[in-house]
Amino acid sequence: MILFGRRIPIFFSLAIWFVAWEIIGRAELSTIVPPFSRVVAAAITILPTGKFTTAAFISLRSFALGMALALLIGIPVGVLMARVASVGKLLGMWVNIFISAPISALVPILMSVIGIGESTVVVTVFLFAVFVIILDTQVGVKQADRSLVEMARCFGATRRQVYTKILFLSALPEILAGLRLGVIRGVKGVVIGQLLIAIIGVGELFELYSQNFLMEEFWALVMIVFMFAFMVSEAVAFLERRVEYYASAR
Amino acid sequence: MSADSIVEVKEVGKTYEGGVEALADVNVALPSGRLSTLLGPSGCGKTTLLKIIAGLIPPSRGEIWVKGKKVAGPGPERAFVFQDFALLPWGNVLRNVGFGLELRGLPKEEREQIARKHIAEVGLKSFEASYPHQLSGGMRQRVGLARALAVDADIILMDEPFSSVDEQTRRKFQEELLDLLKNRKKTVVFVTHSIEEAAYLSDQIVLLSARPGTVSKIIQPNIDREGRSPDEIRRDKNYLDAVDEIWQILKHYI
Repeated sequence: MILFGRRIPIFFSLAIWFVAWEIIGRAELSTIVPPFSRVVAAAITILPTGKFTTAAFISLRSFALGMALALLIGIPVGVLMARVASVGKLLGMWVNIFISAPISALVPILMSVIGIGESTVVVTVFLFAVFVIILDTQVGVKQADRSLVEMARCFGATRRQVYTKILFLSALPEILAGLRLGVIRGVKGVVIGQLLIAIIGVGELFELYSQNFLMEEFWALVMIVFMFAFMVSEAVAFLERRVEYYASAR
Repeated sequence: MSADSIVEVKEVGKTYEGGVEALADVNVALPSGRLSTLLGPSGCGKTTLLKIIAGLIPPSRGEIWVKGKKVAGPGPERAFVFQDFALLPWGNVLRNVGFGLELRGLPKEEREQIARKHIAEVGLKSFEASYPHQLSGGMRQRVGLARALAVDADIILMDEPFSSVDEQTRRKFQEELLDLLKNRKKTVVFVTHSIEEAAYLSDQIVLLSARPGTVSKIIQPNIDREGRSPDEIRRDKNYLDAVDEIWQILKHYI
């Protein structure tokens, strides 16, 4: 960022917003906006509490399980859709419908089918993340250089080797882009799933704080969730940058 | 069927989905240890024929026999050099050259040793750790050639290997190719659209007619290359006659 002809670290843009937040909070314009410093203080107090660590653990577990399922199912389905024309035609429309559909609307139905518990959250995370992973994998495999596949066959590659040594690696940049978007959607999935169920994990805490009007704790929790989402997406972005050297040169 | 032919193309025809007939009734035998060129007007199906010989495309009619066996797919006795190089963008030169051996399950150390030898032979020593996008077109094709040599196939199929490099590099390449092949008993099948290239390199030129491609004529330039410089060869009477003869036939198809 450049301001008045000087380079300013990107961190300052955040700082400016935090200062504005602090001022608005201190002016007591609204009860739902406490000063930023008190939110930070609340974050520091709730982090070590047993209630928070339990909630975080349950949420992370649901997130990890849902994401693992989304990857394990999403990547093979995407590859299959790209390689087998009939599968691509059969599933293509559904994937495109579900990727734009408001999955949150399905959570109440999931609750009545699967029950009010962790598995519903896992399925919510899965549904939030899987479609973008499928779609990106499909695109990546479809764009894979045909002559690389020909080359591999020519030098005696088995079917399996064509998939593992050519198609998967060719599609890796797209798969990682899909994973990053999937991870971001997955975080939403955890929070929305748990909010709607309202008795487990971070969702329970959100419910508790907002019901009792504990705005400082509420905002602290929002910030923690935001930071988590940002960090996992950056972690995947780091992986993406590592494959970029060949993504651009394909 | 002559005794020393290694590849036999028997009544091969290819009709693509949608009814385009690329090849019709192609009959040709390619002599062992020699360089044969498939030459013809664009769209005559010469690359299709090469890929059928490679086992990459199944013929619609007819059969291919390689070393006395009917071809049903790619095989270890045939290696391919691609027009667009077909190098793994995520692999360095060493990995790319050793890729054929990697697919065969050779241990890493062993295949890298073989790869290094062939990298040196094509003049890419000290580029082992470079990635394809860091190399020029000519260097990339050297990698493609080294990869084909590394699997030690008897037959090397080359699909317009020099068409995406500039003219000067191309000439140098042709000379080097002849040098590389001189002391090996490799059979090379070479697809090109350049008359001069075909006449300069080939022991036998298979002229294909316009689509649907079929063998129009087989020319053996009979150029004495032993101990002569490239420039002397290019002034050789047999070379010039071959160029002229090819042109006289080809111009009817254009």
